[in-house]
Amino acid sequence: MLTLTDTARDQEAEKPSEDAKEYLAFTLGREEYGIDILRVQEIRGYEPVTRIANAPEFIKGVVNLRGTIIPIVDMRIKLNLGEATYDQFTVVIILSIAGRVVGMVVDSVSDVTTLKPEQMRGAPEVGTAFDSDYLIGLGDLGQRMLILVDIEKLMSSSEMGLIEKIAA
Amino acid sequence: MTIDMSQFYQVFFDEADELLAEMEKLLLALDVNAPDSEDLNAIFRSAHSIKGGAATFGFTDITEVTHVLESLLDRIRKGEMALTTEHVDAFLASKDVLAMLMNGHRHGEAIDHDAVQNVSKRLNALSEGGPVAAVSAPAAQQSAPAEKTVPTADADGNFHFRIELPAVPQKDVDALAAELGLMGTLTRDSLPDQRAVFNLVTSESQDTIVAICAFVLDPDALVITAAGPSAPVSAPAYELYEQVPPPASAAAPAPAAKPEPVAAAPAGETKNWGRRATDKEGGNAESSSIRVSVEKVDQLINLVGELVITQAMIDQRISALDPLLHERLMNSANQLARNTRDLQEAVMSIRMMPMDYVFSRFPRMVRDLAGKLGKKVEFVTRGAATELDKGLIERIVDPLTHLVRNSVDHGIEMPDRRRAAGKNESGRLTLSAAHQGGNIVIEVTDDGGGLNRERILAKAKQNGLAVSDTMPDSEVWQLIFAPGFSTAEVVTDVSGRGVGMDVVKRNIAAMGGVVDIRSVPGSGTTISISLPLTLAILDGMLIKVGEEIYILPLGYVVESLQPAPVDVKEIAGQGKVVKVREEYLQLIPLYQIFAIEPKSADPSQGILVILESEGKKAALLVDSLVGQQQVVVKNLESNFRKVAGISGATILGDGGVSLILDVAALLRSSRQLNVDTLCF
Repeated sequence: MLTLTDTARDQEAEKPSEDAKEYLAFTLGREEYGIDILRVQEIRGYEPVTRIANAPEFIKGVVNLRGTIIPIVDMRIKLNLGEATYDQFTVVIILSIAGRVVGMVVDSVSDVTTLKPEQMRGAPEVGTAFDSDYLIGLGDLGQRMLILVDIEKLMSSSEMGLIEKIAA
Repeated sequence: MTIDMSQFYQVFFDEADELLAEMEKLLLALDVNAPDSEDLNAIFRSAHSIKGGAATFGFTDITEVTHVLESLLDRIRKGEMALTTEHVDAFLASKDVLAMLMNGHRHGEAIDHDAVQNVSKRLNALSEGGPVAAVSAPAAQQSAPAEKTVPTADADGNFHFRIELPAVPQKDVDALAAELGLMGTLTRDSLPDQRAVFNLVTSESQDTIVAICAFVLDPDALVITAAGPSAPVSAPAYELYEQVPPPASAAAPAPAAKPEPVAAAPAGETKNWGRRATDKEGGNAESSSIRVSVEKVDQLINLVGELVITQAMIDQRISALDPLLHERLMNSANQLARNTRDLQEAVMSIRMMPMDYVFSRFPRMVRDLAGKLGKKVEFVTRGAATELDKGLIERIVDPLTHLVRNSVDHGIEMPDRRRAAGKNESGRLTLSAAHQGGNIVIEVTDDGGGLNRERILAKAKQNGLAVSDTMPDSEVWQLIFAPGFSTAEVVTDVSGRGVGMDVVKRNIAAMGGVVDIRSVPGSGTTISISLPLTLAILDGMLIKVGEEIYILPLGYVVESLQPAPVDVKEIAGQGKVVKVREEYLQLIPLYQIFAIEPKSADPSQGILVILESEGKKAALLVDSLVGQQQVVVKNLESNFRKVAGISGATILGDGGVSLILDVAALLRSSRQLNVDTLCF
């Protein structure tokens, strides 16, 4: 029995399932979220931003990322999760979305997890701060559960107001 | 290994564009009565270089037009024929046709085959006027302007070539034999003088063979003979027309409008194929410059901008150190600052291009326009060497074209009217460019009738614009920039539809420039455009409100002052105005617009910066002035979105981002605000 399971596991390890995807896990308040690792450019500490006048509160402002000016959004404010405090432990995930670069403030980043299709669960109708439009589903990691977010869709949504909609 | 020639097409097109432009410039400058032989030679070389390039790449249609052109030019430069205006006109027309053909190859644009034929005919007709010896060959061209000089294919679609190589090392011969062998069936032979001869049966064209051989030997030394089952129709005696003019009658049987025409080369007729585009005579200027893509230059400019910021950071850190203990470090830092500044200047100058790039396209346009309108115009340019940022230079072309057309059409009068007014029959149109401080001033001046104040005012009233008869001239002239404004009595196909001047003004304003008009009735009009030298760097005034630092483009700043409390007046409990030198200006509190907690909301405790845009002034209330510095303008929209009241951003010495205020929008929106308040 034991050998059989082992072999099965080995085989799985050898041929990485095409459907398995890697997710970056981060926390907002007490919830743990996952986003497609391929959208993540880098992870940085929080640095002072330049405020943009009359912008929504969750758009903290803009910073200089090696010569390019990028907006910083605080998901904690946007989703009303956790305390929006800024100290040396505050983390900014720099995302590369649709050719644009955006910084996202989160409480902490935990790890990078590979999720296989069988670990994915459908998105619940209620229960998260996200509009279910932007949810891919839930990732079951035994002890933990990741809320998987379609970060590209979320960040380019008009709700975030990061990208100017082309006038129809 | 087959070589994909298409990767070199762009180089050929770029080069040919330049050669055509050069040719046109020389043609226009040519004095018909006493042509300068150097100029004639230069024109000939241009045509020749284009022909060479086109032949190498197999653009047969271009080759053929240039060939006729070149032949005619050759005879003129050798003095066998006298130059006439007809010639110049025909040459200019053929330049247009060549440009069209080039675009056809490059972008797949439609080709007007009639125009090609017409030009060939015109050139040939001119040739016929000359010595008899040279008539027949161009005449052969005439009927078949688009014919390709390729040998007839045999039944299997193969061509038979006999290729005589010049004396080259045996290993090259072997290499060539191997390469050519891939194209078809190759048999080797040798001449009595040990030179190698290949007989090749292939479906590829002669151009391909030349292209392959060109990597090993000079294609000029190559003798390729089309052997094989050729039809007994005489081909145009291409490129060798001085030697063996075929009978003129040969032209007749060649079918003119075959889509994929095939003319047979008689066996044994030899040609020198594939002159390289960089002809020995014409290609000298090339070696002193290289072609680099604009993206690369922009990347370089960005990187240098980064360096400038980093250097400013280092400066800031170092200034906190004890100068006595760190003297050597400080010296090095100063050195770095100097070098960085020099580097930045040098890099910025790469983007600079002479105004000649724009000016050179006008002589032709003015000449054609004047001809069409029956006017006589003398065109003069000044300061063509003045340099301007490439991005701006491309955007100035359209507005400037419009202004020049306007001057020729409306400005300069008909010759009889000029004579009646006691002026020289031919009008004078001057295009000038000069640096003035951080700006470039481009002026279009004509010595025509000047603007008609009464007519402009009448038209403005008719259009429902707010005008008064006592307006100063400068304001009246600005009216012509209003949309839908035209004072031309007749709408011509040149101008007068009233679209344009407003677009001109808008385009120039978008480049951060201003348009000014000076006009004197009876003696002419000057339209003056003032533009910043570059968009990438801006002279900024750093201002502080609360804890935030913003940048005001210095160009909008008139002055700054601390107002006396009595000078600030409140209107209807909402807006405030401030009296500055007997003038009441609207007060814009920046803290209110940007929702900032100011140090003090009392204008007399802060600083007022008087701004001027589009002829309107206003006073911006800020807490304090920080300083002046050049800033590298960064786009906010590339990763974010447009923010109202902000035109861009920059990175300050400490690495932080500072926003650049959009002064024009601020003044506009605050006016809007007032109108809204009035409505309530």
